[in-house]
Amino acid sequence: MKRDTLISATNVSVHYPISGGKLLGPKPVVRAVENVTLNITKGSFFGLVGESGSGKTTLGRAMLKAAPITSGVVNFNDGEVNYSLSNMSSKELKDYRTRAQLIFQDPYAALSPRMTVRDIIAEPLEIMRLTSSREETDKRVREIAAKCRLNLEHLRRFPHAFSGGQRQRISIARALVSEPKFVVADESVAALDVSIQADVLNLLKEIQQEMGLTFLFISHDLSVVAHICDHVAVMYFGRLVETAPTRELFNNPCHPYTKALLSAIPSLDPDAKNLAQKLEGEIPSPTNPPPGCKFQTRCPHAVDICRRDEPQLESVGDEHNVACHRWQELM
Amino acid sequence: MSNITDTSPAADQKLKEAYFTASQGQLIWQRFKRNKSALAGAWVLIILILSGIFSPFLTPYDASIAGRDKDYLNGAPQVPSFCDDNGCSLRPFIYTYERTRSFKTNFRWVSEEKTGLEDRRYVTFFSKGMEYTFLGIKFDRHLYGVDKGQIHIFGTDSTGKDIFSRTLTAVNTSMAVGTIGVLIAFFLALVIGGVSGYYGGKIDSVLQMVTDTVRTIPNIPLFMALAAFVPDTWSSEERFFFISLVLGLIGWTTLARRIRTHLLSERNQEYVLAAQLCGASPSHVIRRHLLPSFTSYIIVDLVISFPYMILSETALSFIGLGLKDPVNSLGVMLQNVTSADVLLNYQWYFIPVIFFIVLVLAFVFVGDGLRDAADPYADTNK
Amino acid sequence: MTRLLDVENLTLDFDTDEGRITAVDDVSFSLEAGEIMGLVGESGSGKSVTAKALMKLNASNAIYGQNTKISLNLADGPVDIMSLSTAKELQIVRGGAISMIFQEPMASFAPAITIGAQMVEQLLIHTSMSALKAQEVSIEMLNRVGISDASTRFKQYAFELSGGMRQRAMIAMALSTNPKLLIADEPTTALDVTIQAQVIDLMKDLVKDFGMGIVFITHDLGVIAQTADSVAVMYLGRVVEKGPVRQVIGNPSHPYTQGLIKALPRLDDLDSPLTPIPGDIPSPLERPNGCVFNTRCSQFLGSQCSAEIPEFTPISHDHMVACHIYQQDQKGT
Repeated sequence: MKRDTLISATNVSVHYPISGGKLLGPKPVVRAVENVTLNITKGSFFGLVGESGSGKTTLGRAMLKAAPITSGVVNFNDGEVNYSLSNMSSKELKDYRTRAQLIFQDPYAALSPRMTVRDIIAEPLEIMRLTSSREETDKRVREIAAKCRLNLEHLRRFPHAFSGGQRQRISIARALVSEPKFVVADESVAALDVSIQADVLNLLKEIQQEMGLTFLFISHDLSVVAHICDHVAVMYFGRLVETAPTRELFNNPCHPYTKALLSAIPSLDPDAKNLAQKLEGEIPSPTNPPPGCKFQTRCPHAVDICRRDEPQLESVGDEHNVACHRWQELM
Repeated sequence: MSNITDTSPAADQKLKEAYFTASQGQLIWQRFKRNKSALAGAWVLIILILSGIFSPFLTPYDASIAGRDKDYLNGAPQVPSFCDDNGCSLRPFIYTYERTRSFKTNFRWVSEEKTGLEDRRYVTFFSKGMEYTFLGIKFDRHLYGVDKGQIHIFGTDSTGKDIFSRTLTAVNTSMAVGTIGVLIAFFLALVIGGVSGYYGGKIDSVLQMVTDTVRTIPNIPLFMALAAFVPDTWSSEERFFFISLVLGLIGWTTLARRIRTHLLSERNQEYVLAAQLCGASPSHVIRRHLLPSFTSYIIVDLVISFPYMILSETALSFIGLGLKDPVNSLGVMLQNVTSADVLLNYQWYFIPVIFFIVLVLAFVFVGDGLRDAADPYADTNK
Repeated sequence: MTRLLDVENLTLDFDTDEGRITAVDDVSFSLEAGEIMGLVGESGSGKSVTAKALMKLNASNAIYGQNTKISLNLADGPVDIMSLSTAKELQIVRGGAISMIFQEPMASFAPAITIGAQMVEQLLIHTSMSALKAQEVSIEMLNRVGISDASTRFKQYAFELSGGMRQRAMIAMALSTNPKLLIADEPTTALDVTIQAQVIDLMKDLVKDFGMGIVFITHDLGVIAQTADSVAVMYLGRVVEKGPVRQVIGNPSHPYTQGLIKALPRLDDLDSPLTPIPGDIPSPLERPNGCVFNTRCSQFLGSQCSAEIPEFTPISHDHMVACHIYQQDQKGT
């Protein structure tokens, strides 16, 4: 593990068993995440991009020990502690929870309508017993609320008093009040209006620098990821297909899926013709995917080897990896 | 163009702040108050319950055999009037009856009304009457009475008991039975439904099977069986508690199912997950999130359970398996109505039925109003 | 091109528990046959409510303004939508002359009935086809929208199709009655971006073939740029800017439109910072007086903006903006 990696996943797979299948045969599973390896450097804003069914949310949760890790190793090392998530004692798990937190997507569902904002933000402190008195809790709540640009008198109110953007800031405050080192933001701006999105994104960036946090930013929106992340990993159907520093990925995409994703984003210029491919075909069935590369059903460049062997991550250049048999010819 | 409301900015701001800092409970109460039928139902309910509680004061006579009027059996309702052929009076009055039996009446005892001026009996208020104990203290004042003899505004039954007095005590008894039954059912439902909904999985499946089994047992034969086990030597009070217990033991299934459903959906809320991601213990989750979330729904469910309890008890007592004299409930009062005599001649026996229809309807209106007010979808801010 | 739809002074209030809320305030626009018009706005802009008003689909506590006039020009004469009241009258427009597709295709299809059965039902209500002919037409439509193996899909249930296919099936169902006007309410928002591109292309093709008008509602300016011919930008119930897409996006004149475009993360300029529009969208209970955008406007002029509602000023032939800055300029020249 590199010296300044905060959290790393090595060959991580998350499989969910589903009902059905033969009585004595192998139980069918959904391979939500399959054999993913990535490293997140301390202090980075790491983007995880994919569409529905890509497994990005599951991977994020697995790295928080909120989803079961079927195989592989997730390692967390922030200088003070060194945990391997697959075998942690319950004491270690309790400690890990103070160091890694999650910001949810839906600002309307993530806050209990029956608690005041102050109680919502204070809850993690109370559960994890990080403060010893009510005054201390109040102080920390006020501090983080100010950092998230929440008005102090809002603390007395209930969530129904707030707009989507404000609620998301409350959500962020709750995730950050325990001063974690690692934060997973799961589609945290997807439900917000565009004019508010930028505000919340800027807030995240500011806080990251102020508090020295490491973010895993999960999103389906490549344009947002392009502006805020310094490193991006693209997932498709549970597999990692490409990972690179942001500039590099956008200037030099190697995987056909990445290229298609980039070209599919509608541009503001009405005259820009979408040069690259329109993807035809369907996503394979989650329980019974074809052998080989899972993108073959939609890839315009699929050949025999793609239908036989699953491609492994190969290095393209500096920290740029791609999992495609033909990336070199297609460049 | 939009209308600008005419409140000063400061008052407006105060209203808004009140809305922002209002808890769920307060919001629900506000919404409930706006529902006119529910509010009317609530008032009716309060009045009926209070009349039941204060029935010894409100009614002139004891509802049991001790208070009967030997001279006025199966008597028609005596409605006080202010005026008659002999002139008007400020005080309402009723007439004297004389019981006669003669060849003319086929030797049946018949009460004849005497309408002379001297036969008037004036209604008195806050009059002294039979003694009763209320909250351990002996009183003897009643709301109304009559200067000579007795007054029966709803008439009397075959033994001379005043139907009005019996009606109010019946309301009280039925409410008491209902309350105990609901409490027992609620406790059982909370435990079983709660464990089922919180843990899910196999525990849930097993408990659901148990619940469904109990639910499919036909109620009347079960009651009959249980009631048959009640020894005759038990006092009516013991019988009363037993019947309430039985009702609770049978009635928990619907409530348990509801609690389980609430918990299953609440358990998957994102804010619960957020708490669990901090390592929240089950008791924290239950205390802080799950219990408050379904308090409003459970209150609705409880209110709606009441009418069912009351009606079940009525049915039981009516067929003779429930309460018996001297404990008095609607079912007990209706035990004697199935003879042709009553149906043809003594229709006032059915007056209590109206009271009960009103009581059940009031519960239903209030329950519906509460459920509408607690509707979570009414408050999304999108 | 014939004028298909004329909306004049559409005003819509809702009588709610919290008071009277103005959802749409004096909105006017028109649409030609074969034209795709985008209705762009964020939450609370009133765009969905406007779309539903075209078919009088809003809730029963909706109160329309006195001067509201919506007329749909059909082959046999104009139809005054506001005057339609009975269910029978409304049936002419709902599903017949006007069709609507929604954001959640799963919500549009009844889960217990096959897709084919629902499509046939729609045809039987609005046309005089026989059931057999209706089935033929439906399968043809499914083919036309790019669903392979249409006759098998015809017999499937909504949950058996993927998100993109469901949306196409919904489009097929909406178009099977050959409507003159299609209202698309955020049809691509719930779809993956790669599927979104396909659905947008499909809609453009269909307009070319069927010649209907589309009102395309979305919050995504990029989608509008690629799809629409003209656009109206809405904020808090009012139209603030409208015109041909090239002009509104190429030369955004209203501060809100400018802010919206600046707030969008652009792939072609990764260095520029993300600039949000300051402040929050006011709740509909607290609509600002005067220009509805004045509380967040970076070019706030003063008391005029907070007192007077700006009129439309033409920037160029078709491109109108409702902002005091331009009114002043106009008066100045």
